[in-house]
Amino acid sequence: MSQLIPLIAFAVFLVVGYISGSITERRHFASLREREADTRDMVVITFPTPPSDWTLHDPTLVCGSVVISLDYFKRFLAGLKTLVGGRITPYEPLLDRARREALMRMKQTARARGYATVINVRLETSCLSRASSEKSVAGVEVLAFGTAVNRGS
Amino acid sequence: MIVSNTETLPGHTITEFYGVVTGSTVRAKHIGRDFMAGLKNMVGGELKGYTELLQEAREEALSRMKAQAESMGANAVVNVRFSTSSISQGAAELFAYGTAVRVI
Repeated sequence: MSQLIPLIAFAVFLVVGYISGSITERRHFASLREREADTRDMVVITFPTPPSDWTLHDPTLVCGSVVISLDYFKRFLAGLKTLVGGRITPYEPLLDRARREALMRMKQTARARGYATVINVRLETSCLSRASSEKSVAGVEVLAFGTAVNRGS
Repeated sequence: MIVSNTETLPGHTITEFYGVVTGSTVRAKHIGRDFMAGLKNMVGGELKGYTELLQEAREEALSRMKAQAESMGANAVVNVRFSTSSISQGAAELFAYGTAVRVI
């Protein structure tokens, strides 16, 4: 019986991870869609030189960042999938969420300071490992940054 | 002090270049945050403790960069980039660099 305990704990972790992970993911995507619709009027571009008929002033750097982690179930699934190779599907929505959230926060920072345009936007992704064990990934960090500018004469 | 990641500052003209300015900070997460992150690692979702930690660290790096630019007599830093590197297990360096300039 006592040998079964780790196995049961593992099964519980998987189930808890699966349930809470899918709920968090669904909620996050819903909130992202809502906030993205809300900031659709903002102009966010990735090139440094906007159309020449724009007059820009008051440039300032704005950043947005987020650290997101996978749940236990998806991490286990990803571990299995790396054995066979190919698409590691559990990681794809994670990175998508992290990037969109970082961009969202950058836009919100810009908006809070009264800007509606952000130029030269860059995205950077890095992996955080846990201090306790080298192998396990604690999460991904995405940083979005750009130059907020005011348009108009 | 104007900071921007574009090469030129919209609405300003660069009159003088002072060269590269850098700012960095090395941070490690403390055990409480690591414990909470361990829990979050099971259920998934945002690791708020880490997000805040990295944000603070990045602001620190930026402010050191700005201080260096100021000491050179610059009034703006253009073409700012960020980079992150892990120094050892559990510690990371956050680094910001750019070109100090004088603008009018």
